[in-house]
Amino acid sequence: MTALVEIRERRLSGALSDLLFARPQLLTLLLLAPPLLWIGIVYIGSLFALLLQSFYSLDDFSGVIVHEFTLSTYGQLLEEANLQIILRTVIMSALVTVTSAIIAFPIAYYAARYARGWTKALFYLAVMMPLWSSYLVKVYAWKLILAKEGIVTWLAAQLHLGWLLNGILALPVVGGPSLSFSYIGTYLVFVYIWLPYMILPTQAALERVPANFIEAAADLGADPGQTFRTVIFPLALPGIVAGSIFTFSLTLGDYIIPQIVGNSRLMIGQAVYTLQGTAGNIPLAAAFTVVPMAIMAVYLWMAKRMGAFDVL
Amino acid sequence: MKFMPPAVRFQNVSRRFGAVRAVDDVSLDIAPGEFFALLGPSGSGKTTCLRLVAGFEQPDEGHIEIFGETAEGVPPYRRNVNTVFQDYALFPHMTVGENVAYGLMIKGIPKPERERKAREALAMVKLAGFEDRRTAQLSGGQRQRVALARALVNGPKVLLLDEPLGALDLKLREQMQEELKTLQTNLGITFVFVTHDQGEALSMANRVAIFNEGKIVQIGTPSDVYERPNSRFVADFVGSSNVLSPEFASAHGGRPAWTSLRPEKIQVASPFALVPAACASAKGVITSISYQGATTRITVATETQSLVAAVAAGSPFRKGDTVTLIWPKSAMMPMEDNA
Repeated sequence: MTALVEIRERRLSGALSDLLFARPQLLTLLLLAPPLLWIGIVYIGSLFALLLQSFYSLDDFSGVIVHEFTLSTYGQLLEEANLQIILRTVIMSALVTVTSAIIAFPIAYYAARYARGWTKALFYLAVMMPLWSSYLVKVYAWKLILAKEGIVTWLAAQLHLGWLLNGILALPVVGGPSLSFSYIGTYLVFVYIWLPYMILPTQAALERVPANFIEAAADLGADPGQTFRTVIFPLALPGIVAGSIFTFSLTLGDYIIPQIVGNSRLMIGQAVYTLQGTAGNIPLAAAFTVVPMAIMAVYLWMAKRMGAFDVL
Repeated sequence: MKFMPPAVRFQNVSRRFGAVRAVDDVSLDIAPGEFFALLGPSGSGKTTCLRLVAGFEQPDEGHIEIFGETAEGVPPYRRNVNTVFQDYALFPHMTVGENVAYGLMIKGIPKPERERKAREALAMVKLAGFEDRRTAQLSGGQRQRVALARALVNGPKVLLLDEPLGALDLKLREQMQEELKTLQTNLGITFVFVTHDQGEALSMANRVAIFNEGKIVQIGTPSDVYERPNSRFVADFVGSSNVLSPEFASAHGGRPAWTSLRPEKIQVASPFALVPAACASAKGVITSISYQGATTRITVATETQSLVAAVAAGSPFRKGDTVTLIWPKSAMMPMEDNA
């Protein structure tokens, strides 16, 4: 009798393949182990160390970290000056996020619904290309654009709109000596830098809305505005929320943009930078870093409560 | 008696996509209350016709009326027609009840009333109590019913169904065919449905329009198009048919024209069988036998051409047997179109 299946000669690599074929969980484990170790030790581990630091305190007199658990460092966050920093950063992040979402939506909608072939390629190129160049170069470029001697001032003068620019700069709080030394400038640069992170997830979400949902809504009597409100927007919401997680958290933690373009008032990132560097107040720096995390946790919880992820 | 305009009227309607004439000079009247089928192979223009009625497409030429009102230029959301989409297009972010009530919500009907109407519509399609489910939890047949309820709850004058049963398995499809027919009879709404399944079209519709390459090749009742196909395309597409050459037809007592002869009209008998006077016959050899459950299809090579006969299962014949094929002369249907 001949064997039903001809058994090939077994080599070492073949034995390994057979083992993995017989135990697919082993393969999964092998593939997942390196990233899990990375996330587990390097990421979560350092995060935990950070959390631990925030429960220590700095001895005001000696400048030495006291390794005793206390909530006094968190108490310092509630001091007027620190609370101002947090409030300022959260308002900035919220405004940047809302603006990004408003600007990103039509672009993403066009790309998802109408762009085909080369227009689609052009869209991806236009959105991605700014991400290829250095972040610092872009921010410094913006500083030049927004400077008093920069192109914006020049353009305003050419268009005889100098009065408008001066009027904007004269506004209390958000104004300043020039755009590059004002909240408006910081805000503009934030929106520019993070916009792609809002466009791409929004576009991906819109891409998944089948054309016949829009036809079905029209068929059931919804005019284009009603279709947008009741079908397109709710289905794009998970994408917008995903994008807002990027723009919101990136703005919350950034310390370079407000340092280069903006007034001298600190944002959370800058506060962390100064506290852990020159001031050597690691516990307070750690406590400041926990603030964006807490805010994001609350934000995600609220988004989930509002049903932003129900379609996923 | 008041004059009643047709539910849907197409006058010389054409719709082009680039160089392709998806719908080519189609004229058509669908009477109120009809269950009308648009039947044809894929790409024949039947779905585009439906989309022209729904308003998703606008005609390049010609004129469309819905209950006497000009339809071209009117957007879909201003038309009193509703569509059951091929893949149902249920909104995933709404419950079953919200899906059904969607059209009423858009019209601004207060919540208690639209919820009540949605409940009634769901009960009508035998889905009472499904209001709070999510659409992802439904089976294919249930989604189909929800799509139907969502369209019907708006009280459309014309209901359009685009391959409504295409995604269902055979058993469910047969059941839904029955239910759709009953529903249509009870509601008295004009149903226009698109299908490529000739069995579905014949069993459900009052009238059928058969499409080929953007044109209507034949319109008639199911028995008209089945018994008296006017072209080889129809003879072949609506149930398979034997197409007899003019020579063969005239040699067997028919007219000298291309002629349709349905397989089930042919009897297979022993070579010595007597042939009744009103019948024609041909001798031949069985070349293949295909068992198909209730019937068996027997292919017989006669001297001049092969014929297929459909007989009740359990026939005693074997491949290679010499047999006589017998059919009534009246079953031979000459076709106008010689193509």
